[in-house]
Amino acid sequence: MLDTLSAIIVSTIHNSPVLIFAAMAGLFAERSGVIDLALEGKMLASAFASAAVAFSTQNVWLGIGAGIAVSAAVALLQGFVSITQRGNQLVAGIAINITMSGLTFVLAQYFFQQGGQTPNLGDYRLTEIVLPGTAAVADIPFLGWFYSHILGGHTILVYLAFALIPLVHFVLYHSRFGLRLRACGENPHAADAAGVSVQQTRYMAMLIAGVLCSFSGAYVSIVQSGFFLKDMTAGAGYLALTAMVFGNWRPLYTVLGCLMFGFFGAVQVQMEGVDLPLVGRLSGSLIHMIPYVVTVIVLAGLMAKSVAPKAIGQPFVKSR
Amino acid sequence: MMKTTELPRWATAIAMPLFNLLTALLVAALVIRLLGESPVESLKILIEGSVLRLDNLGYTLFYATTFIFTGLSVSIAMKAGLFNIGSEGQMYIGGLGLTIAMLTLDSRLPALLLIPIAILCSALFGALWAFVPGYLQAKRGSHVVVTTIMFNFIAADLMNHAIVQYLIPAGSQNTASREFAEAGALPRLSQWITDLNDAPLNIAFLIAVAALVIYGVVLWRSPWGYKLRATGLNASAAHYAGVSISTMIIVAMLISGALAGLGAVNSIMGSTHYLSLNFPAGAGFIGIAVALMGRQHPVGIFLSSVLFGALIQGAGELSFQKPAIPVETLVFIQGLIILFCGAMEHLYGPALLKLFNAGKK
Repeated sequence: MLDTLSAIIVSTIHNSPVLIFAAMAGLFAERSGVIDLALEGKMLASAFASAAVAFSTQNVWLGIGAGIAVSAAVALLQGFVSITQRGNQLVAGIAINITMSGLTFVLAQYFFQQGGQTPNLGDYRLTEIVLPGTAAVADIPFLGWFYSHILGGHTILVYLAFALIPLVHFVLYHSRFGLRLRACGENPHAADAAGVSVQQTRYMAMLIAGVLCSFSGAYVSIVQSGFFLKDMTAGAGYLALTAMVFGNWRPLYTVLGCLMFGFFGAVQVQMEGVDLPLVGRLSGSLIHMIPYVVTVIVLAGLMAKSVAPKAIGQPFVKSR
Repeated sequence: MMKTTELPRWATAIAMPLFNLLTALLVAALVIRLLGESPVESLKILIEGSVLRLDNLGYTLFYATTFIFTGLSVSIAMKAGLFNIGSEGQMYIGGLGLTIAMLTLDSRLPALLLIPIAILCSALFGALWAFVPGYLQAKRGSHVVVTTIMFNFIAADLMNHAIVQYLIPAGSQNTASREFAEAGALPRLSQWITDLNDAPLNIAFLIAVAALVIYGVVLWRSPWGYKLRATGLNASAAHYAGVSISTMIIVAMLISGALAGLGAVNSIMGSTHYLSLNFPAGAGFIGIAVALMGRQHPVGIFLSSVLFGALIQGAGELSFQKPAIPVETLVFIQGLIILFCGAMEHLYGPALLKLFNAGKK
């Protein structure tokens, strides 16, 4: 029982960064007024680019760098469609997701000819950080586990994800850029009148979203699996988006949403095939369903009233 | 002469979508070039493999039939101002309704009763699956985009559970239900047009065409259609004119879900005759592309459905003849078409407008 609990907690920590990076990316885009349904596509693009480059160069860091570049480029394309072309942002997002789903497979097949996979990175994956003194505390009952598996024992990206949370909160709520960004999302005409370039701010937000999203993709391919596989993000981008709506477009609550999804993902793995008291054996797909149902209930307003940025999804037309 | 600020209708409805389509195909051609194949030759194979021979055309129209239903599903919601991303899940659940009807009745009823009942069940289940998002949008203001995304996920999990736990016959390795009795198969058009050979084109195609006509008449020639369009164009104005917005939203979503559910009729009863895991295979999302490209107009929906049907059929042929071009290239091309025709629809607007005004001087 205790082992199961410990495994669930540890894998919640391992599951969550995928969602946290992407949800933080979505926060920047959406608080600036651009709907970001393309988190999934940017993740896939980065997952492929980082796995492919990391394998070809045998260097994880170059891989992550390539992921950042590709994801940022896709985000700017999305920005071009949503901001400059004033296209339908929902459609742009879905289109990018579908395009990337096809393109990453085609490229992976072209370069590596392994059925749309990239070769396994093997030893060139990110290593898990072992904190100094782990061996010394290993025998202490709770503390040893806590120190080596909760505080330590993760890859650098996990720490980055959790470090981002206060950082994003600070940038959004306590920096000049964050104030301008939120103004563009709430009332772009007022922001414009105050001398803020709405277009420029939104492009900047998209760029940040692209960079953040790339870590999410790199995490999936480089840390979690060690290779790229067709559609390997499996809806995580949409989940991250939902976590954000669930968290009312606020960083801290959004992270709670991410942790909830991460937790249920971990529970699903642990509970499969286990007989539970009262309900008996639950199938994995039913457990998998729980967070979605919870989200719908939350969205239905039983727990919170959703407050989206007011100008979300509306292209900005400067009044003359 | 005065400079125009608006393009004539033929330009926005025909010329611009065509230009956008060509741009998307141009980008696709570039990628095919990069893969080391000739774009011109590929296009030739694509066209020959999808429309030139009658049996290939039969396959194209078979795929198009499903897209007409999902395209109509997305379109009617869009006309009411709702972005229904959930057609995929609604079609999936529609397939469940149809399968339940089949599994319980197919040994007892003749085709003449069985088929209509199964069709009704698929529409009913699809409608029910769209009801909750519609209700929540109408009464609680929960955004239909997010709830339908959730309902797609829930549908996928639910169907996974239903198929794996209950529907796989004992001893079978396939994640699919048992095959339905012969009485549950929709009559194929090849019975009458023998040149269609083994193409699965069936009477669902005729139902789809009828649905297009009904959709057009109801939306543009009936008071209810007028109210629906008014709701989509300006909900507050419609509200002041006495339209009940929440009823409109719920009913539009119900119809949208029912139409998506009908998409399952073609792919299951027209071809496979059993329910399999993930059978919609993205048809709901293609419905979004169809609705956007076809500007939610019956003729437009038909043409873009045929285009996407031809792409699927032609791409299969293409990757068969050119192994360097995997079938997934098609997914990429679909995405490009949605991007250029759906999201960047105004790409050539300013240039065309300039051209017009220059011609008038």
